[in-house]
Amino acid sequence: MANIKRSPWLLHYDGSSCNGCDIEVLASLTPVYDAERFGVMNTGDPLQADILLITGGINTQNRDVVKQLYKQMPRPKVVVAVGVCACTGGVFKDCYNILGGADEVVPVDIYVPGCAARPQAIIDGIIQAVELFQQRSEEHDRLVRDMKAWGKRKPKAES
Amino acid sequence: MTVNRILYVIAYIVLAPFAGILLEGIDRKLSARMQRRVGPPLLQPFYDVVKLFKKQVISVSSTQTFFLLTYLILMILTGALFFGGGDILMCFFVLSTAATFLYFAAVASSSPYATIGANRELIQMMTYEPAVLLSCVGFYLSEGTFNVSRIAVSEFSSILYLPGFFIAFVFILTIKLRKSPFDTATSHHMHQELVKGLTTEMGAQNLALFQIAEWYELVFLMGVVGLYIINSNPWSIPAAVLVVLASWFLEILIDNTSARMKWEDMLVGTWMVTLLTAGVNLLALMLIKA
Ligand code: SF4
Repeated sequence: MANIKRSPWLLHYDGSSCNGCDIEVLASLTPVYDAERFGVMNTGDPLQADILLITGGINTQNRDVVKQLYKQMPRPKVVVAVGVCACTGGVFKDCYNILGGADEVVPVDIYVPGCAARPQAIIDGIIQAVELFQQRSEEHDRLVRDMKAWGKRKPKAES
Repeated sequence: MTVNRILYVIAYIVLAPFAGILLEGIDRKLSARMQRRVGPPLLQPFYDVVKLFKKQVISVSSTQTFFLLTYLILMILTGALFFGGGDILMCFFVLSTAATFLYFAAVASSSPYATIGANRELIQMMTYEPAVLLSCVGFYLSEGTFNVSRIAVSEFSSILYLPGFFIAFVFILTIKLRKSPFDTATSHHMHQELVKGLTTEMGAQNLALFQIAEWYELVFLMGVVGLYIINSNPWSIPAAVLVVLASWFLEILIDNTSARMKWEDMLVGTWMVTLLTAGVNLLALMLIKA
């Protein structure tokens, strides 16, 4: 019910990106694009993050790191892959150590293509992620409510 | 009289979060304007806390919530004592106790970031405590009482006797409000070296509790700034509000124009300022009053 889409906090993780996309992610927070207009904050803390933003592909070394970060984020959460590397593996796809895009290890919700993805596209991706975040939050609330109701009903049904 | 006091306390408990939200909203908006950005909406801090309450609770350690709740309650008690016209010395002692519980809440997680943040928080307490205690002494010397309700209705504003104490207090406000250049315990931005230090392991509800306690603290500290100005004349109330807003603006300006200091520099610098302003003022006051 409550509107939580006004406060998306991002966790930005650099997989094996060439840093091109990371610069653009940071550019979306600068005065020209100012993503904070939408309440976006860039946090380094998975425990406080709502949206996981991944740049660069998944390789054998960061596979477990990305999984771990995703697990540490409390529900509701959304994953955004920024740049073709994070979407599919991109130009590095055939490298010996690259497994592919971010969706190899975590469920990606929004794909932002581009090499490098432009700040406008990234912000657009975040806005779409935020809508999804709101939707997930409502689902989460419903789940919590149902579980509570179920918990109350259960003893009665047994007696 | 007692009814009045109870009303003030209730007003503080109910209204302080709203005042805190507005002040922090102004902070974020003004900071953005200073950086030539548009900035978030004024009520952004409120949206953040609502969201935090709705997130799934993943707690690193179950005692953390207990410590944070105690921190919040002690913080409310501090402000209630102050706005109820209690003893100002007592207010600051309760405030220090509250800060200790915040320290426990941070170390309870045994995360390295939070522990470093917590250690730095202790150093910060050591840094601002002399100025805080001197302020209390100053109020006593100039007004002859520690009682807030009596200080507030004195004939002249306390700042006339205590300009040095006032400067020292506004100086340490920067530490208390966790603003740059003294934001060593919680790096001001979340992606910096400490990942928010103290609050690294606080998520969802726990972070919301911390945030609400910060609002109460902010309003209490601003109340102390106002106490320097207020006197028996009703016109001193708008003047106090103006001074409070001006010092808040000053904090935001300092925050946006300075980089974080090392803790050694913070400690030595703050003690020097405290000694030079409050210390000299204290000597002068003792000479005058003697
Ligand atoms: S998509 Fe392009 S710019 Fe982005 S990380 Fe890959 S190679 Fe670099």
